[in-house]
Amino acid sequence: MPIQKSETLPLRSDQEVVLARQAVRRVAQECKFSLVDQTKIVTAASELARNTVIYGGGGEMVCEVVLEGPRTGLRLIFSDQGPGIPDLAQALTDGWTSGNGLGLGLSGAKRLVNDFDIVTAPGAGTRITIARWR
Amino acid sequence: MSSTHALGSLLHDNQEPLLADWLKHIDEAGLSGLSRQEDVRRQAAELLRLLTDAAGRDHGGALAADSGALQGFLRDFSDARVREGFSSQQTATFVFALKRPVFQRIQALHGNDAATQAALIGSASDLLDSLGLKTIDAYQKSREAVIQRQQEELLELSTPVVKLWDGVLALPIIGTLDSARTQVMMESLLDRIASSESEIAIIDITGVPTVDTLVAQHLIKTVTAIRLMGADCIISGVRPQIAQTIVHLGVDLGSVTTKANLADALALAMKRLGAVVSRRAG
Amino acid sequence: MAEHIPILRMGDFLLVSIQVEMHDNLALALQDDLTRAIERTGARGVLIDITALDMVDSFIGRVIGDTSSMSRLLDAQTVLVGMRPAVAITLVELGMSMTGVRTALTVERGMQMLREGLSEARDDADTEI
Repeated sequence: MPIQKSETLPLRSDQEVVLARQAVRRVAQECKFSLVDQTKIVTAASELARNTVIYGGGGEMVCEVVLEGPRTGLRLIFSDQGPGIPDLAQALTDGWTSGNGLGLGLSGAKRLVNDFDIVTAPGAGTRITIARWR
Repeated sequence: MSSTHALGSLLHDNQEPLLADWLKHIDEAGLSGLSRQEDVRRQAAELLRLLTDAAGRDHGGALAADSGALQGFLRDFSDARVREGFSSQQTATFVFALKRPVFQRIQALHGNDAATQAALIGSASDLLDSLGLKTIDAYQKSREAVIQRQQEELLELSTPVVKLWDGVLALPIIGTLDSARTQVMMESLLDRIASSESEIAIIDITGVPTVDTLVAQHLIKTVTAIRLMGADCIISGVRPQIAQTIVHLGVDLGSVTTKANLADALALAMKRLGAVVSRRAG
Repeated sequence: MAEHIPILRMGDFLLVSIQVEMHDNLALALQDDLTRAIERTGARGVLIDITALDMVDSFIGRVIGDTSSMSRLLDAQTVLVGMRPAVAITLVELGMSMTGVRTALTVERGMQMLREGLSEARDDADTEI
């Protein structure tokens, strides 16, 4: 699957979460996603970027434009070397919260995208890949 | 000098006669299309120039994949052909029609040198085949884009939002609802609410034969979104079958206001907006 | 990046118009500033205008919801104004219905609602005749 474009952004502060959002918005517009689809992927990015900063102790987001036949996809990979998510099933259940609000973030983001993949383990960091296709 | 380079030189040195021959073949095959003679000439000349460049850069016959100029040209070229109703075959033949002129020119220049002739014809063949395939690819992409656009327009046309009164919009739905259609409807209704600043939206499902869980959920999402924007929603035309389905499915329509028909919904809307309708006496 | 979102006073009401990209701390600062301002001015209503926001995620949504609840405890009504269609669709998909937050289409309507001292809450608990 050819990657047409790729950029990496650091996620260490809430300012960088905003910069990441803006980057995703920009790329989504370039890919000519509809306004609603743009908003969905930007919002999902915001949720996951925030999680990376708050729970992952900081990390990065890779933003890629992927081509698969006639389809164009916007793929985002959020990774950190944090403590990992101990109970993934619970974290993906709506409304579960651990104080600062890891509630709808993960499960909500999942609903906003077409592809969602998460690799995490206690002590092994977290890597979440999401994508929206056009 | 490699044969591709040699081919490049040959193409470069013989642009005019090759172009003339090519245009003749195109014309004979009836491939000019609705374009004017000058436009066909211009397109062929441009393509020949791009081809000459590609050959000159020597990629062993395979055209440079990242040649932006070539991609751009093929995209515009195939867009035009799709619009004019040409088939992918006809479009590719436009390109292949260049083969004979090129082969004939090679023969004319190297008639006595079988080896050179063979090498050049080989390179020319590879180059033009590759170009032909790329053209078909571009054509297919153009075609798909047109079909997609038509589908979107059709979808939009089948979900009209109407203004019933100042501040009251209605979305009468006719036919079966599927996920894609419901989403498009939802978006266009919300957009109209925003642009017209209408406080009440009536979704009329009198013309909807059946409702499944997914559609019911979509309707509820639409109502919630309308509320978040600051407007209100009434669902009208709920018929017995649909009422039964919704209850059996266990879907909670909870606080969504429903009315049996559009007239009742409109009456309620007017009342909420503080409008009074009275009949003149006599 | 802006440090604080300005809060305007209009008679008995406070008006906040969010024009910039909200990072989390800015949202929390706004919540703090608003509650203090309600106390300081004795405002009876707060209007939060999000016409300019092209995205609201679960955190920002929660901050707005919490602000509304806090204001109510301080005897002020809150109205959220101008949510864009794409934002509304996304928030619903995200799973946030923002129960208990009153909403209005425009600033004018929002002000009218505050003035009428709204008795009906524009939320899920509302039942119609």
